[in-house]
Amino acid sequence: MIEFVVNGKRARADVPGDTPLLWVLRDTLGMTGTKFGCGQALCGACTVHLDGQPVRSCTTPVSAAAGKKVATIEGIGATPIGKKVQAAWTALDVPQCGYCQSGQIMSAVALLSENPKPSDADIDKAMDGNICRCGTYNQIRAAIKDAAKSMTKGA
Amino acid sequence: MSAMHNESRRDFLKISALAGGGLLLGFAIPGASRFAQAAGEFKPNVFIRITPDNRVTVICGLSEMGQGVHTAIPMLVAEELDADWSKIKVEQAPADPAFKNPFMGFQATGGSSSVRANWEPMRKAGATARAMLIAAAAETWKTDKSECRAANGMVVHKSGKKLSYGRLAAKAAEQPVPAEVKLKDRKDFGILGKGAKRLDTPAKVNGSAMFGMDVRVPGMLTAVVARAPVAGGKVASFNADKVKAMSGVKNVVQIGSGVAVVADSYWNAKQGRDALEIKWDDGAGASLSSEGIRKTFGELAEKEGTVGIKAGDASTALAGAAKKLEAVYEAPYLAHACMEPMNCTASVTANGVEIWGSVQAPGLLQIILSQVAGVKPEQVKVATTMLGGGFGRRFGLDFAIDAVLTSKAVGAPVHVVFPREDDIKAHHYRPASVAKFQGALDAAGNPAAARIHAVCSSISDAAHMPYEANGLPPMKGVDGFSVEGLTEWPYATPNLQVEWTKNEPPVGVWFWRSVGHSQNIFFVEGFVDEMAVAAGKDPYEYRRALLGKNPRYKGALELAANKAGWGKPLPAGRGRGIAVGLSFGSFVAEVAEVSVAKDGKLRVHRVVCAVDCGSTVNPEIVKRQMESAIVFGLSAALYGEITFKDGKVEQSNFNDYPVLRMSEMPKVEVHIVPSMEAPGGVGEPGLPPLAPAVVNAVFAATGKRLRKLPLRMV
Repeated sequence: MIEFVVNGKRARADVPGDTPLLWVLRDTLGMTGTKFGCGQALCGACTVHLDGQPVRSCTTPVSAAAGKKVATIEGIGATPIGKKVQAAWTALDVPQCGYCQSGQIMSAVALLSENPKPSDADIDKAMDGNICRCGTYNQIRAAIKDAAKSMTKGA
Repeated sequence: MSAMHNESRRDFLKISALAGGGLLLGFAIPGASRFAQAAGEFKPNVFIRITPDNRVTVICGLSEMGQGVHTAIPMLVAEELDADWSKIKVEQAPADPAFKNPFMGFQATGGSSSVRANWEPMRKAGATARAMLIAAAAETWKTDKSECRAANGMVVHKSGKKLSYGRLAAKAAEQPVPAEVKLKDRKDFGILGKGAKRLDTPAKVNGSAMFGMDVRVPGMLTAVVARAPVAGGKVASFNADKVKAMSGVKNVVQIGSGVAVVADSYWNAKQGRDALEIKWDDGAGASLSSEGIRKTFGELAEKEGTVGIKAGDASTALAGAAKKLEAVYEAPYLAHACMEPMNCTASVTANGVEIWGSVQAPGLLQIILSQVAGVKPEQVKVATTMLGGGFGRRFGLDFAIDAVLTSKAVGAPVHVVFPREDDIKAHHYRPASVAKFQGALDAAGNPAAARIHAVCSSISDAAHMPYEANGLPPMKGVDGFSVEGLTEWPYATPNLQVEWTKNEPPVGVWFWRSVGHSQNIFFVEGFVDEMAVAAGKDPYEYRRALLGKNPRYKGALELAANKAGWGKPLPAGRGRGIAVGLSFGSFVAEVAEVSVAKDGKLRVHRVVCAVDCGSTVNPEIVKRQMESAIVFGLSAALYGEITFKDGKVEQSNFNDYPVLRMSEMPKVEVHIVPSMEAPGGVGEPGLPPLAPAVVNAVFAATGKRLRKLPLRMV
């Protein structure tokens, strides 16, 4: 039995420790907001936070989450930065198909948590692991900048 | 709920009074199908539900895959209904022949057809509902309808009193159906052409949007299928003893496409699948190689093909030409690589088949899956979820057939999931094509003749569709999908001939965003650029002069060139290229600015796009769709290539099938040509001009002419 905290709530999973965190979230805990895209940490659709750090949950064994805090798209709106990022995404109507956007938002929140005023180069570096096949990159960049501005105002 | 058919005045409307005082209007909007349709009984295909809480729900039979159709369709209704946009909701309709796409003859979303097919019907539906709400208000107030008007979800009397649509809904249901409704003048539009926020955004930023991958049905199991590594290969034998003992594995069954491992979770199914011992009989496909395909196509391109269109006498003109050009262009097989890997959930029971999934063609699934399961089409229920990208791939049937066969075999609802590797290797590729171009220039440098011979597989054959299914004028023995973009050659050329040779290596081909235009407009726009260079003329001015009889091409071309600053100096090392194309009723021109580093690394810095898509529903969505297609086209131009060796697909995931990432994203500007023409499509037409604009820009920057995709400088 592996125990950890997801979005502030205690969670337990009776699965082998090498099961990827992604499938524990989706299949064991029924939280489908975190997406499966590639299974190889190549596309970023499965990005969640582990103790505040962005990780690709498709290649993170659930054993690595034992005793730690996991944050997912379902709960990120309850954090001040997550709320601002989601608001910026909504204001700009960023998503098209939307499938990658959970991961994009989780990567963006992680970036802004570390670096409240990211440059274009910072955004490239933080977001390059998140693929969007609809091509919303320019809108994602604009939304990150808008969220950063609203954080400064809100501070 | 009581329903009455109101067929006395026109075969148009079905009204249902909803419990609790609401109104459900069902309209049967006639659509002209390209295919024969039996004259059917009255079947509504547009539904609008108005409830006492003032909510207006548009029930939409089209699939939302990012293109914004779940916003555009409600906008069409809301405009003529004078609805309050903040009260509009959209709901996915189930599969039903009533929702048949008039362009296709079955319920499906594709071919950039949604707004084109629904521009008038949806507005008529809204206008009819509005007229009935006004009639209900007039009756309530015992006044004449002429003293009432609709605005923002209310009927307003000239005295100033108002009644909301929600309060009028029940009485509106009792009103006679107006025989004719007048649609608004475009100058009076308050929503169309102006924009509205996407209705699907909130669920897509908080993780609650439901995709096929997220379907959870009671008792559902998950399956991952071991598929033949060589197309056409068959299972010779397999041993599942070890796998059946693995954690969570419930069953191992052989189905049409291979061996399905069925488990209590994806991870357990995938582990089981990977541990299967299977002997495959590769069959004739084992010798398939990309080099072999290229060689065959190239040799065939040098021969005569089946003539699709012929104007004048290109052969004679070429034989006597003072200046001739020849070039061979090539495009590779491409996977769609939708962000959501293919998957589908099915439950097969004695009562029929239920399907839940991210699908583009629920109507086609009803037909085909009924045959697969041995039931009647109406016994196949399809619940369409959000699609994590479609691009034509989700017009496919393979994932749904897998799910039906596996569910039938194990007697439980089954979610079949393709790991990314299976998705990339699943043989639904944009066909590779080789095209031989011969051109003749007259003394002034203008085209005297063009002869084009394309060699590729037939998508229509793969999809069991007629060769004229793409809607262009039929050509005897030539698949329209294979030559679309070539046959519309827009430049004044007295002698033109387009030929096609079908060749069918054992590779599965399928619709891919913009279909034949995706390669053919690249070929044409590359070759025309070569003609301009041979004529010693500016590529933009050359095109412009030859498009005199095609004002909409010319308008898009000029707008793109002007906005891009065509002719103005660029930083050292950069080049600018232009291309224009028509697809799905829309004219798109793009100007790309590129540079090539010393190591050959190609960088696209900026793309300026001009689109004439006729009347627009939502200009912001139009712009986003152009940008989306530009990114999709750029991924393909820079990296996209599916290759074969010893019969096997060499690519597997985003490491060896790379796509554009944030750091490579160019600046994109999209400009819309103002137009009162009927709407064109927007999901696909932004794609075809991208690759040739880049290729032409590379030539401008380096003097090197690239004729093969993906682009390699060295």
